[in-house]
Amino acid sequence: MIHSLFLINASGDIFLEKHWKSVVSRSVCDYFFEAQERATEPENVPPVIPTPHHYLISVLRHRIYFVAVIQSEVPPLFVIEFLHRVVDTFQDYFGVCTEAAIKDNVVVVYELLEEMLDNGFPLATESNILKELIKPPTILRTMVNTITGSTNVGEQLPTGQLSVVPWRRTGVKYTNNEAYFDVVEEIDAIIDKSGSTITAEIQGVIDACVKLTGMPDLTLSFMNPRLLDDVSFHPCVRFKRWEAERILSFIPPDGNFRLLSYHVSSQNLVAIPVYIKHNITFREGSSQGRFDLTLGPKQTMGKAVESVLVSSQLPRGVLNANLNPSQGTYTFDPVTKMLSWDVGKINPQKLPSLKGTMSLQAGASKPDENPTINIQLKIQQMAISGLKVNRLDMYGEKYKPFKGIKYMTKAGKFQVRT
Amino acid sequence: MLESNKDSLKLEAMKRVVGLIAKGKNASELFPAVVKNVASKNIELKKLVYVYLVRYAEEQQDLALLSISTFQRALKDPNQFIRGSALRVLSSIRVPIIVPIMMLAIKEAAADLSPYVRKTSAHAIQKLYSMDPDQKEQLIEVIEKLLKDKSTLVAGSVVMAFEEVCPDRIDLIHKNYRKLCNLLVDVEEWGQVVIISMLTRYARTQFTSPWKEGAMFDENNEKAFYDSDSEEKKDQTEAQPYIMDPDHRLLLRNTKPLLQSRNTAVVMSVAQLYWHLAPKHEVNIVTKSLVRLLRSHREVQYIVLQNIATMSIQRKGMFEPFMKSFYVRSTDATHIKTLKLEILTNLANEANISTILREFQTYVKSQDKAFAAATIQAIGRCATNISEVTDTCLNGLVLLLSNRDETVVAESVVVIKKLLQTQPTQHSEIIKHMAKLFDNITVSMARASILWLMGEYCERVPKIAPDVLRKMAKTFTAEEDIVKLQTVNLAAKLYLTNSKQTKLLTHYDIRDRTRFIRQLIVPNEKSGALNKYARRILLAPKPAPVLESAFKDRDRYQLGTLSHSLNTKATGYLELSDWPAVAPDQSVRNVEVIEPVRNPDTLLIISGSESEEESSEESDKTSSDSGKSSSGSEKSSSESEPEQKKKKKMTKAPQKKSKPTANLCLLRFIPVFPMSLQVTTPSFGPVKTYELLHHMTGKGLSAKYHFSRQPCLYQPSMVAVQVILTNSSDHSLEEIHIGDRSPASLNIHCFNTIERLEPEASVTVSMGIDFSDSTQAANFQFQASFFIRPSVVHLFHYTFSLTALILCLQIFIITAPLRVSFSCVHLFAGRTVSSRALVLVSLELKESSTALLTINTEKSVMASMLLRDLKQALAQA
Repeated sequence: MIHSLFLINASGDIFLEKHWKSVVSRSVCDYFFEAQERATEPENVPPVIPTPHHYLISVLRHRIYFVAVIQSEVPPLFVIEFLHRVVDTFQDYFGVCTEAAIKDNVVVVYELLEEMLDNGFPLATESNILKELIKPPTILRTMVNTITGSTNVGEQLPTGQLSVVPWRRTGVKYTNNEAYFDVVEEIDAIIDKSGSTITAEIQGVIDACVKLTGMPDLTLSFMNPRLLDDVSFHPCVRFKRWEAERILSFIPPDGNFRLLSYHVSSQNLVAIPVYIKHNITFREGSSQGRFDLTLGPKQTMGKAVESVLVSSQLPRGVLNANLNPSQGTYTFDPVTKMLSWDVGKINPQKLPSLKGTMSLQAGASKPDENPTINIQLKIQQMAISGLKVNRLDMYGEKYKPFKGIKYMTKAGKFQVRT
Repeated sequence: MLESNKDSLKLEAMKRVVGLIAKGKNASELFPAVVKNVASKNIELKKLVYVYLVRYAEEQQDLALLSISTFQRALKDPNQFIRGSALRVLSSIRVPIIVPIMMLAIKEAAADLSPYVRKTSAHAIQKLYSMDPDQKEQLIEVIEKLLKDKSTLVAGSVVMAFEEVCPDRIDLIHKNYRKLCNLLVDVEEWGQVVIISMLTRYARTQFTSPWKEGAMFDENNEKAFYDSDSEEKKDQTEAQPYIMDPDHRLLLRNTKPLLQSRNTAVVMSVAQLYWHLAPKHEVNIVTKSLVRLLRSHREVQYIVLQNIATMSIQRKGMFEPFMKSFYVRSTDATHIKTLKLEILTNLANEANISTILREFQTYVKSQDKAFAAATIQAIGRCATNISEVTDTCLNGLVLLLSNRDETVVAESVVVIKKLLQTQPTQHSEIIKHMAKLFDNITVSMARASILWLMGEYCERVPKIAPDVLRKMAKTFTAEEDIVKLQTVNLAAKLYLTNSKQTKLLTHYDIRDRTRFIRQLIVPNEKSGALNKYARRILLAPKPAPVLESAFKDRDRYQLGTLSHSLNTKATGYLELSDWPAVAPDQSVRNVEVIEPVRNPDTLLIISGSESEEESSEESDKTSSDSGKSSSGSEKSSSESEPEQKKKKKMTKAPQKKSKPTANLCLLRFIPVFPMSLQVTTPSFGPVKTYELLHHMTGKGLSAKYHFSRQPCLYQPSMVAVQVILTNSSDHSLEEIHIGDRSPASLNIHCFNTIERLEPEASVTVSMGIDFSDSTQAANFQFQASFFIRPSVVHLFHYTFSLTALILCLQIFIITAPLRVSFSCVHLFAGRTVSSRALVLVSLELKESSTALLTINTEKSVMASMLLRDLKQALAQA
């Protein structure tokens, strides 16, 4: 399966390597660099690269390429999924997954990789188990460790791998028992020139943070489970119960985890929370272009639209933009031609706008496409699909936990074509 | 520091050493100092030493042996985790001397009480196998034992070991099949992927195909199955309406919940399982889940889209409701965009084409020019596939011609050219328009395309074409080769159709370029007879190019595999076998029964129904190897030989090769011309000619035919037939052509009408007939009615021709008594022409010049006929 792993940073240095079978020479990465050179953008590097003796499967996250070396047939998704799991674990352990963080914690990284893969086959990828085996570094623990000389390898051996509930460790104890659930929905949409919706869909997740003593057994039911069209579960969820009663029944892992991700059935009309009025024109022969954007709330059910960020990749011919925002700040990067406008909150009484001119390269012809506009936004306390949790019950333990549910709507891949 | 007696100092030192290893620096000289610490009490220190040991043990084998005793002691530790990790490290040390120790440790661990240790031993099996493949037999025993394990922890790892060590020992699975199916949901996610892909292969060998015509899934049967889980009285092999094997159903039912997994690899593997195993109408349930995966990371999208692209070719309906999920966003990476485009094109049909085209309009304007060009090609494909929108597409493309970007224009010219070719109706307007644009286009491919169009349809634009030629003549020397060639072509074509206007121009180009064309079109120089053929050679109707998906042939690989993703066979790829015609005994999966498992490989009877993928691969290799050495195989000449050589040939025998020439123009022209890669037959050896029409019955016309044993030029599924027509009467015959044919479905590529055949003259024409691998006769009217009956041997593309085979046999039979032991089995492989079914022939020579001839193929009729023919041939030899 996975033979070796190389981590490569944005400037093309291999800064970490790990081999699970015999050692594969670094030079195998040359094929990767070749492909990288051919690709214009970092994202355009093909995920699967064949070389004479090996296959390179790579993922790009946080500007680091994780390149796995494969020697024989294996489902590529298997490797890709695993690599992403590695990145998630690093993020979980170090807060961020950057080159610096990995270099600082190289020993922990090595220990983690050693535990996650045996002979190239995934062994322990569940964060609950890993955390038992190797304690994540915290500032406090690092200090204690340096003074006492103790280590961040778990003193006790893990029990989770053996229990019937492999995702939860035994003997969990909390003084405050809490269970929080965040329902987060994202709208993916493409809006065309005239403002009509070409495609729009809602994807949602329920992220949980459960800190409960013992072995609690939870059930969560929805007011309107019919909305959920396609779902994928954390392994802890009992599938049969969901099939029969549309109730989520599970013994939760300890700590943070993603309970459920879902897709809202496409029959329902998707409410688009904002509209955008745009007027972006380039005139033939002139070196000036007009830029005019106005944002407004549309179907928000009375909730405020917050943290709005508008970004757009302007055509290559644009040299600079001289714009005037009615609120917030904007930046334009003349190298990448990326325009981004941090709007903040939309006030329905006074609609935010961004107006001004763009200067084009002298003599350059008029760009033949207007840029697409990407929008990010947040709406608190509302799930745009209307999904509502009915109740959350706990069985198996005697105490009364503190429960909380939060809703939020975000824009996912929300694009406006102009 | 490593020598220090303080743990903390040692630890600090080890951390630095690990840092060195991580950076790829060599830390091997520290080996002796590090190994000493292997027995340390400190867990972290110990772990780091393990890391070091695994990395460098291979280089310092002698010193590594020092650590072995520590592990041996740890293997007896009461704590299961210490036992487990000791085995893990021990097996990771790649030192050949310890193989016996490892073997012993694995055997012990496989019987351990703790499932964790057993899991580790399953991993160790693979490590040992990769180090010393000689241990295979013993390891298989351990695998067999571990497969019986009921723990979910072990299942994934042991199946992995099975796949690595002995993927062909399907018989080991039988008794564990049901258990694996039932455990599947509870196995950890990585194990699920491995088990599912193994079960897919297993099911393909053990169950009959659910895809038969009129297959009806009986709901009652499933209920019955619930009742009689262990009894299984139903004898489903004999049941006429297809009834799914309960075990087959069990697999499908148990994998379905896994579509809801959060692990994309699991979802994908279930999807491929359904694709390869489920009845057609049940496959649709995977659609939603696959579309869901598109929300995931870029790399996941890439792989999933590739798979969807393959699926969408075969079944549009599956993904059509989700068409909008494949709309391209400007932020997608280029390879994602192209894949989405591919899928959208595959999904296009009459109903949604307008929506898709509107969407494409946006893409064409994209700043990403590579993507815009891909879109244009996609539009071209839509236009050919859906005839209603061809005109709309053409108009749209013509508008693009005035685009400022060069690549876009060039791409649209090329696509328009192809489109016009498929639909050569009145499009002179477009051609005129293109002629106007000609001056502004600099991409040579596009220029050449325009010139070709001019020449091809010069009758429709009589005024413009000469002008263009005049322009070209001026800049001729500065052009690229492909443009030059087309200029010459254009000149030649114009000369024929419109000689008055072009006379002045032609000589310049012609003198400048090929002697060949001059011979053809300047009369009275050498061969006046050629002149009358010139028109046909140059202006013969060209078959339209086929615009098809690049994913068309990817379905030969199992979905979701690395091979599929790369479209080449990856190392260690195991082919998915075809469904067996008859289900193997299902009782082998009953846990109680113990019986020897039959191995179909050992069957040496002549059977027409068995097709074994495994053995075919082997024999493929053998035959292609021997093909090379026998110097018999040569590349198809019409496609790979250089232009110049080709022309010489043609001047020699223009009558015979008139068709290839016509194709030739195309070949130079269209890079996507479907090249066939099959090994073709050498045409040495006697060719048997058959009488088709006697001159008595044919009123003076006689016809003989033979199979040229070359891949047919017209369609790969056709058999090439050369017909020699001779006029033995005393008056000339006119208008020889093929009339009605029967059966009507028979696909025949006729030759062009022969306008006149002088007395005592003869002409050779070639035809293509698609016999669809049957032995039915092809009847057609041919002045008088007669028929061609294919003799069986000609329905194959031999990697070896039959003659070669017989020659080989002759030699062999002579020498056989002397060297029986040398090599007594000969393997030949071929494919039938239409359905590409594999045909394997093996010839085993026995004592006293008897031989055993085995023919394996799916086509049973074919097998028996081939057998008869071969027997005859051998008897003669």
